[in-house]
Amino acid sequence: MASSAKNSGSANFERAEKRRDTDHESFLSHKRMRWLKVSVALCLIVIVSYFLVDVEPRHNGGTWYGYTLGTIGALLIVWLSLLGIRKRNMSPGRWSLKAWTSAHVYLGLALIVIGTMHTGFQLGWNVHTLAWALMMLVVISGIYGISAYATLPRSLSNNAREMTRGQMVEALAAIDRQLETAAQPLDRGEADAVIAALGQDVFKAGFLARLTGTYPRCATARAQNSFPAGSINKAEEKVSALLGRRKAQLGQIRRHMRYRALLEVWLFIHVPATIALIAALAAHIISVFYYW
Amino acid sequence: MSEHYRVAIVGSGPAGLSAAAHAAELGMPHILIEKTDHLSDTIFKYQKGKHVMATPSNLVLRSDIDFDAGKREFILDTWDTQIEEHKVNVRLNSEVTAITGETGNFKIELKGGDTIQAEAVVMAIGTQGNPNKLRCPGSDLPLIQYQLDDPGEYFDEHITVVGSGDAGIENALGLAADPAQRNVVSILNRRAEFARAKPANVALLEEAEREGRISVRRETNPSEVRDAELVLETRDGAETIPCDRIIARTGSQPPRGFVEGCGIEFTSEERSAFPKLTPSFETTKSGIHVIGALAGYPLIKHCMNQGYDVIEFLNGNHDLKPADEPILAEKFAALPGNRSVDEWLEIFRNNIVILNELSPLQMRELMLDSDVAAFDSHDMIFVRNDPGSSMFCIAEGSVLVEVNPDDSSITVPIEQGSIFGEVGLISGRRRGSTIRAAEPAVTLELSRTAALKLIATVPSAGRAVNRITIERQLLQMFGSGLTKEDVAELVEAAEVVEIRAGQNVVEEGGDDKDIFVIQQGSMIVEKNLGGKPIFLSYLPAGSYFGEMAVIDGSKRTATVKAAIKSEVVKFPGDAFLRLMEKNPALRERALNDMASRRQVNSFVEERKESFSGAVDMYSETAKFLIDNGIGEATDVLLIDETLCVGCDNCEKACADSHEGLSRLDREAGRTYAHLHVPTSCRHCEHPHCMADCPPNAIKRGPDGEVFIDETCIGCGNCQRNCPYGVIRMDPKPPKKPSLLSWLLFGAGPGPGEASYSWRKKTAEKKGLEQAKQAIKCDMCAGIDGGPACVRACPTGAAIRVAPEKFLTFTKLVEDVD
Ligand SMILES: Cc1cc2nc3c(=O)[nH]c(=O)nc-3n(C[C@H](O)[C@H](O)[C@H](O)COP(=O)(O)OP(=O)(O)OC[C@H]3O[C@@H](n4cnc5c(N)ncnc54)[C@H](O)[C@@H]3O)c2cc1C
Ligand code: HEM
Ligand code: SF4
Ligand code: SF4
Ligand code: SF4
Repeated sequence: MASSAKNSGSANFERAEKRRDTDHESFLSHKRMRWLKVSVALCLIVIVSYFLVDVEPRHNGGTWYGYTLGTIGALLIVWLSLLGIRKRNMSPGRWSLKAWTSAHVYLGLALIVIGTMHTGFQLGWNVHTLAWALMMLVVISGIYGISAYATLPRSLSNNAREMTRGQMVEALAAIDRQLETAAQPLDRGEADAVIAALGQDVFKAGFLARLTGTYPRCATARAQNSFPAGSINKAEEKVSALLGRRKAQLGQIRRHMRYRALLEVWLFIHVPATIALIAALAAHIISVFYYW
Repeated sequence: MSEHYRVAIVGSGPAGLSAAAHAAELGMPHILIEKTDHLSDTIFKYQKGKHVMATPSNLVLRSDIDFDAGKREFILDTWDTQIEEHKVNVRLNSEVTAITGETGNFKIELKGGDTIQAEAVVMAIGTQGNPNKLRCPGSDLPLIQYQLDDPGEYFDEHITVVGSGDAGIENALGLAADPAQRNVVSILNRRAEFARAKPANVALLEEAEREGRISVRRETNPSEVRDAELVLETRDGAETIPCDRIIARTGSQPPRGFVEGCGIEFTSEERSAFPKLTPSFETTKSGIHVIGALAGYPLIKHCMNQGYDVIEFLNGNHDLKPADEPILAEKFAALPGNRSVDEWLEIFRNNIVILNELSPLQMRELMLDSDVAAFDSHDMIFVRNDPGSSMFCIAEGSVLVEVNPDDSSITVPIEQGSIFGEVGLISGRRRGSTIRAAEPAVTLELSRTAALKLIATVPSAGRAVNRITIERQLLQMFGSGLTKEDVAELVEAAEVVEIRAGQNVVEEGGDDKDIFVIQQGSMIVEKNLGGKPIFLSYLPAGSYFGEMAVIDGSKRTATVKAAIKSEVVKFPGDAFLRLMEKNPALRERALNDMASRRQVNSFVEERKESFSGAVDMYSETAKFLIDNGIGEATDVLLIDETLCVGCDNCEKACADSHEGLSRLDREAGRTYAHLHVPTSCRHCEHPHCMADCPPNAIKRGPDGEVFIDETCIGCGNCQRNCPYGVIRMDPKPPKKPSLLSWLLFGAGPGPGEASYSWRKKTAEKKGLEQAKQAIKCDMCAGIDGGPACVRACPTGAAIRVAPEKFLTFTKLVEDVD
């Protein structure tokens, strides 16, 4: 009977209380930059030992020192790639993706040193250098990613002004319904311009337009030009005002799409390059052992 | 000409139907009277195709008609056929308007003037009540209706909706949604504003108005209904509009008035009270019985069993054991002494002071929601900081309270017949101390719902609980070796005061000298600095305030006001001073508390001078959070939008760790200074969602989480009651292919919540039951590692925090440059 008391464990409670008391620190400053420290230490050890260790004839991947760095580097790359799995596999356990990302970023940066020292600066036109180059590409795209993660969320939030994407689209649809009615009394040419504006699909934007947020073929902007201020009657004035509102609403949606795109676009290099890197790395390792 | 029966059954819901079927089975002359033109109106009005659930599953059904979980249509069809087969004497379209007379000779008056005589009456009219009628000439014309089942079935009509609440607006929008129906829809509002409706509905209505789809008439009343015409009373005089149909949605009257009009007494004035009943369901008006939802049993199975039982009682069977007997027997089986259910019920009732006045029927009802347990000496009953909103009663034996967390040997006894755990019930906070059995003991643990119902319906129990709560709260708060006798004077003088959200309890500059303890809700402390009220701190339930002015005789230095609707206990300051003088330890404790509060205040004040921007920002952010209901939260999800990259990994993780449905909506919700409060459960101290759940499926779990268990019947009450819109109604989705097969072969929809169409299609293909149930955040209870949404956020934007820990200066200005 005694065990029926609900003393399920105050350890649980303490853990939960600690969580409820967390500071909100970003992944970059996670645990007082624990992984930055680890990474810097790692790089220092590698750089110092590079100059201390004397290998014959000179530093390259084939020396015992080169093998050591190569093994560390390859293991790191494999581990870094596992972030893609970790992110999608929501298993129980006391891990956090924030900690993973923090370690990923700092250890990933350490690869610049580890990988480059591993080569002993012996670069050429071969599969080995291809692996190194791909690694650098992944790292550089990652650096861009960090800068995007650090700066864009604020803009995304400011632009949203408490509206969800769905609400933005809904607001646009509401303006469109009003435009449709208001355009009834217009003459053919003007009505066509409005219809063209309404007919243009907001989401069928090209890649570049999405990234830069410039839409030279925006039918709404064109339609606006058919109603030059000053020389228009009441009905036209109403349509013109509505077109203005449509333009503003479109602007918000487009900025939203742009920030989202900028936050994601680098992953379209980072991830495929990772896959290519792993392939090149495998080729690199096999060829090294094959020619041993 | 009036008919005469042994029993008249009013209302043909599950309770009435079952009673009538049993009367027919026994050959008892009977009549079943139903207001509408069909049986069982409440269930008839469920959404088409709703899956009706048959909880509690361990309760056997005792009825002559069948009922099992299934589709609404199937259940209604079964009942229609079986009522016919049993040759039940049904009279539809007959609303009972009055019941007069005495047992053996009741006169039942029907709308339209007919009367029926019966020796006994069984009232089974449920709790839905009557819609408010239009009050103007012509209000009985057939073009008026009080419900709208399918807005798609009307074409080419002039339709006027009367009523400015959500129901009216939703009906109007529904009728005007499809222009192809060519309806001309108007909505009338007596006032200028739509103040009672949800802002989202009002916005949609205003949009429809701008687009000319609905004509919205403000400050307008119907003054006469005519055939195909409606006369309106507007600000500018009378106006007549064409009108083929009127939909009146002006709220409804609960049936209490009618029931009281028949001479039946209720247990109290509370809105939640039920009629007083004997074990055979007889009311204070001898000869009239009440069963079903009106008697306080909202589940269909209970209703049907009571229908059967009440007829058995009327037939002279007084030995009938209620259908819940086996459930109670199972509950009591664990107790020592081999006593029968009735014996145990008597022991509980006689020994436990607050239960003394209960009837045997009330005792049984209370038991269904309660747990009993036996403990040996020294067994733990609960541990300090356990969450728990239940209340314990000691039926036999006694317990010890460990008052000092550091030394378990310092204890205070609580004797047989008394209660404990009431602080958690009242304040919604965690257990304040560990309690163990002093000797072999038997306890009764009342669930939060059962305990609140008891307090609301039995006034003596309410008073007793309140007194004990105040006393214990004082002892616990000030610790320091105080005894009951020490605080007796304070308890005597205590006064419980209800405070509206935003109302001031203490005002800066005031010279009143009372001291307050927050019993329920929470407070914020503000001070006027540079002409603006600046937020100083947040006080959760269980804290006290007002001591500064009492101790040093100064004027109030800050304003304390309610963050949400709260209850505080007010004590006279001089009694507190006397207690302090007698008790040096308490004095020291109070002075220490005061000093640390002063420190916080002066810290903020100092900052105000040097970093005015940061303080304003802190104050505004704190107020924003309070305005968004954080004051009643225990654990709330916040998103720092300077970090959120919008990847929605939080939602995906939630879905993937909970049967494939996300319990949070990241994008929705309010934002201030980049701090976003998404739509996700806050695990309120006193959860509104629990208020009205027929199977009591919403509970507070061991980690403080508010969760819904599998007995949910999908009625949607919690969804309507939660002010934060965090509950969704959805069927459990089918299982997705594994992550690996998605990564390698693209099988299935991938991580996160699958689209609605995928869920629906796959479920249909697999032939899965699509019963909607309520789902909400369970704080990832039982998942090692804790909240998945937080763990899955790559940038650290998503955090779950407790308000009293987060609403501090250091936390809130962390990221201000
Ligand atoms: C949306 C929803 C979903 C639910 N889902 C479930 C579920 O899945 N499982 C479950 O167990 N419970 C469920 N419930 C609860 C359950 O439906 C009700 O508690 C139950 O129907 C009550 O039965 P009753 O016989 O007491 O009264 P009711 O079913 O309310 O029947 C009362 C009848 O009396 C009639 N009446 C009223 N006044 C008069 C009068 N003056 N004269 C004549 N007739 C009158 C009414 O027209 C009505 O037909 C749900 C409730 C709701 C609202
Ligand atoms: C060779 C080294 C690296 C490899 C193999 C690698 C691989 C990956 C992979 C596979 C992902 C998962 C992407 C996804 O599934 O969405 C990822 C994400 C990411 N990487 Fe790298 N990466 C490397 C180096 C770096 C570096 C140096 C940085 C930063 C400076 C970086 C920053 C990031 C970030 C910010 C994410 C996104 C995390 C998220 O949003 O979940 N990476 N990386
Ligand atoms: S569902 Fe709503 S009412 Fe219930 S605890 Fe959560 S936020 Fe509070
Ligand atoms: S705590 Fe768990 S259940 Fe609640 S929203 Fe987060 S992931 Fe979902
Ligand atoms: S997981 Fe974090 S970053 Fe991604 S959407 Fe959720 S809160 Fe924003």
